[in-house]
Amino acid sequence: MPAWSEIVLILVVVIDFVLLASSRLRAVIRGAAMQGALLSLLPLFMAGRAELGHVLLLSLGALLVKGIAIPWLLLWAIREAAIRREVEPLVGFVPSLVLGALGVGLAFALSSAMPLPAPERHGFLVPTSLSTVFTGLLLVVSRRKAVSQVIGFLVLENGVFVFGLLLSDFMPAMVEAGVLLDLFAAVFVMGIVMFDINREFSSLDTEKLSALKD
Amino acid sequence: MSLALFLLYLVLSPLLMGVVNRTKSILAGRRGPPLLQLYADLWRLLRKGSVYSRTTSWVFVAGPVVSLAAAVTAGLFLAFGGLPAPLSFSGDFVLFAALLALARFATVLAALDTGSSFEGMGAAREVTFGSLSEPALFLCLLTVARATGSSSLSGMLGPGLAAAWTLAGPALLLAAIALFVVALAENARIPFDDPNTHLELTMIHEVMVLDHSGPDLALILYGASLKLYLFGALFVRIALGFEVTGVAAAGVLLLGLLAFGVLVGLIESVMARLRMARVPQLLVGASVLSAFGLVLLLR
Amino acid sequence: MSLALVLTGAVLAALSGLGAAALRRTPARAQRVTTAALVAGAGLGLLGALAALVGPVVSARAGWSAPFAALAFRLDPLSALFLVPVFAIPAAGSIYGLAYYPQASHGLSSVRLQVFYGLVTGAMAVLTVADTAVLFLAAWEVMALSGFVIVLTEHTREEVQRSAFVYLAAAHVGTLALFALFALLGSQAGSFDFARIAAAHLTPGPLLFGLLFLGFGLKAGLMPLHFWLPGAHASAPSHVSAVMSGVLLKMGIYGFLRVAGFFPSPPLALGFTVLGLGAISAVLGVAFALAQHDLKRLLAYHSVENIGIITLGFGLALLGRSAGDPSLVMLGLGGAVLHVLNHALFKGLLFFGAGAVDEATGTREIDRLGGLARAMPLTFVLFLLGAVAISGLPPLNGFVSEWLVYLGTLRALGSSSALAWSVLAAPVLALVGGLAAACFAKVVGIVFLGSARSPHGADAREAGKPMLRAMAILAAGCVLIGLFPGVIIPALHRAAAAWAGLDPALLSGPARSAASSAGLITASALALLALVGALAAWRARRTRGAAATETWGCGYSRPTPRMQYTGSSFAEMLTLRFAWAFFPRAEVRPPQGPFPAGASFGAHVPDTVLEVLLIPALKASAALAEKMRRLHSGLVQGQALLVAVTLVLLLSWRFLFW
Repeated sequence: MPAWSEIVLILVVVIDFVLLASSRLRAVIRGAAMQGALLSLLPLFMAGRAELGHVLLLSLGALLVKGIAIPWLLLWAIREAAIRREVEPLVGFVPSLVLGALGVGLAFALSSAMPLPAPERHGFLVPTSLSTVFTGLLLVVSRRKAVSQVIGFLVLENGVFVFGLLLSDFMPAMVEAGVLLDLFAAVFVMGIVMFDINREFSSLDTEKLSALKD
Repeated sequence: MSLALFLLYLVLSPLLMGVVNRTKSILAGRRGPPLLQLYADLWRLLRKGSVYSRTTSWVFVAGPVVSLAAAVTAGLFLAFGGLPAPLSFSGDFVLFAALLALARFATVLAALDTGSSFEGMGAAREVTFGSLSEPALFLCLLTVARATGSSSLSGMLGPGLAAAWTLAGPALLLAAIALFVVALAENARIPFDDPNTHLELTMIHEVMVLDHSGPDLALILYGASLKLYLFGALFVRIALGFEVTGVAAAGVLLLGLLAFGVLVGLIESVMARLRMARVPQLLVGASVLSAFGLVLLLR
Repeated sequence: MSLALVLTGAVLAALSGLGAAALRRTPARAQRVTTAALVAGAGLGLLGALAALVGPVVSARAGWSAPFAALAFRLDPLSALFLVPVFAIPAAGSIYGLAYYPQASHGLSSVRLQVFYGLVTGAMAVLTVADTAVLFLAAWEVMALSGFVIVLTEHTREEVQRSAFVYLAAAHVGTLALFALFALLGSQAGSFDFARIAAAHLTPGPLLFGLLFLGFGLKAGLMPLHFWLPGAHASAPSHVSAVMSGVLLKMGIYGFLRVAGFFPSPPLALGFTVLGLGAISAVLGVAFALAQHDLKRLLAYHSVENIGIITLGFGLALLGRSAGDPSLVMLGLGGAVLHVLNHALFKGLLFFGAGAVDEATGTREIDRLGGLARAMPLTFVLFLLGAVAISGLPPLNGFVSEWLVYLGTLRALGSSSALAWSVLAAPVLALVGGLAAACFAKVVGIVFLGSARSPHGADAREAGKPMLRAMAILAAGCVLIGLFPGVIIPALHRAAAAWAGLDPALLSGPARSAASSAGLITASALALLALVGALAAWRARRTRGAAATETWGCGYSRPTPRMQYTGSSFAEMLTLRFAWAFFPRAEVRPPQGPFPAGASFGAHVPDTVLEVLLIPALKASAALAEKMRRLHSGLVQGQALLVAVTLVLLLSWRFLFW
């Protein structure tokens, strides 16, 4: 019976695939929310019994921010801008899926060659984190709607969070708090930028941004 | 015992189709056709006459014959209920998939033989979705092969499967989910195709057999039910991987197939058919899912 | 003995064309004499190959006055297996040519064709048994040049001239790479004899591998070096295309196999690279084939795909050699070499069928044909057999070789190291198989089934008897290997052992299990056929006196054959998937005005590597060279200065790179 942390990480990668393939923005936001919620459970599975209270607080905080607050913000944003679907992105949905699969495969293949502090416990962390980072990058680079790009950035941060869990043995609280703060600030800024774009161009299509250069 | 299960396969397939249709009717609030309806349909069709188009040649007649023969031969390799199949060798799942591909090829040629644009359309879609579901099927089977360490269907679905589930549960779960999606695709079920609509613009499988009538149509319907049973048995065995022997295996298989039929009926009632452009996404998604399962086992 | 038979057969085949030239006054008899000579030579060669498959390895040596050269020959089971298509396909082709390109009607061009057809056969046979680099290269050049001449048979057409030139250019770049390769190998091993090079136990570096890939890949048609293939195969007469596609490309594979076999422990990366190259060729080859509407160009792209499949097996064999796994070597190499033979058989058959269609209707455009099964029933059946074989469907031979490659991937799956990742070749092969079946469903359905889409096929008649006979010979081969694969497994076993330099006893385990599985394949194939026969007989009894009517047209009152699906519409959904690789060109004349008179639409997918990458790049470099020409013309002092500067640079090279 595989460990709970392994199951969570596998679900995280499966959600990556769903995010790459889905064109409905509400589904994508909910997917990212679920991914964040799952990741907030991860420290609970991985921590020892020593600082259970501390870890519990952290997980709750991550759940609130990643699983509830930010998705709510994004859902509000798309309701304001009245958009529901991602238009055909620069890299189509099927090629994105294939590229995502290739990235995951490479991540798993290469990470088994990397030296890790405690391979039995951390076996799945590195490949999952690399896959999620790759997925986030792919979303940021290939989607046209600003909301999708923000979600891509969120997924990217999720991946970095997973990687940070590797260091949780040595620097427990710092990593989590730092990541969460970074995340919150970035989303806040992105939110403001998104509304300004929408206000200026009456659409969240980032291709219109290139009109600025004239 | 495995021979008995093979004969059950030949005999019970229309019943499985009946279960699916009955489930859909009940969920739609109707009473629906009796469970043995397909047997009655086949009997009726076999006694009817046929009408052939002047444009067709012997290929039109050969299509249903070859596809039925291929489906029956493929059943010889499937380890129903986990018991060893009548024929088995290393790499026989390749022959299994190739026989199903032969069936598809024959049906497509028979469709193109009529010289009608409707059949041509159905044939074009069928080959597209068929070529996308092949890699998905192979990835599922390869995941099971890696998990059980065997390379023949009888070995993969045999006693080793139970041990494989405890060691490689997540990967097998992913493979099973992907296999279910492939089963829906290969049997032209919702969300890939609607077996109830007879609008040519929305069909894939139904429109290919538009011109067949009488005994030919009977052969085609029977072949389609055989294929559904094959995929159902494969999925049921992979999903319920526990060790059983003898009559208990048959019992588990039949109960599992009943559940499979109800599940398919449920999905058909709850979901709508996908837009044609989205079907490749779902098929590639299934491939990617089972590929991920394989990757989990390769590291 | 076997070597003597092979060499005699090769010489007889090579000289067979002289009969056509000598007896020019009685063209029909001349062609029959030539064909008889070629077939006799082929028969001798096949006997020799068969003897080598069951007997010991034979070598022979003679002196030769050229520098570094010797007439060294070696006939081992691997060469013997390659000799089978080398002799069989041209023999069938020359029988085919009796009706397809008769000397009586084509005169001098037919004579030229027959002379060089024989030469190319002889050259390929010598190539396969050559045991030293210079002899190999000499035979290679003769083969390439003879190939050029036979491609250029209908030299009055501009398209043929262009394709032949591209072929020649590509062939010579490849030969240059081979010269460099053998020079390097020879200098590292101290001799140009293959036996001594193999004994030197070299390890291939990136440069060697690059030259290997460039030299042999250009001949074999691996992506992206395949760009000369579609043009050459489409412009040549059909029996020439059959030889080129069925045998010439395989000489590139043979060379690749032979030279790669010199390295006893290649790095793992080499095997994976070859596997990747094979996968790319296979997938993109079939994707391009789907987009074609010229029958012979389509078949040419399928050759690229099948070369990709062969390379997949070859990659597995290399991986097996790196990992020291004899089973993997046997399965990978067995699959690759069997696919070489199978592809020669069914591709030859398909090209013969395409030639029959071309000759009967006057066009190679799929979308203008239709319903030919009624006018050419025998050609249709034989072409259908070829189509089923190339799609890898049971019970024919394409399935058997693909099954062996799958077995190789399964074997790799069972290992616990990085080797297991090579199993990902299996879903790629499945995708390629599905796409190939789709493409051939399109070809068979659009060309032979349905109704005629244009008046082109109106007075089509069945192909001539020699053409049908040639096709039937190849079809029989496909059916036999498909139904009884167990017959050929021992030969594959010996070939794999010979290639890897292993003791055959090491491979006997997997060989025996493959043979027993092959027996079960035979059983299931026969069961399938029995079922089909029984069902067909039952059906025939049941449906006596069936009514005939028009196809259901859903109430349209005036259906026309033009309303049928065309090849491009059939393949559209699939070609859209690969739109990132194609650069389609469309010529559109839209309907104009309120009462439009006529409109036309033509779409064409040119070869991306040739038209989008190579030709613009070469044109740009030509423009650059043109600009640099100005440096040459002008003052004599300027030219002298240029010479002086270059001389100084060359002399100081030694000191700059101490």
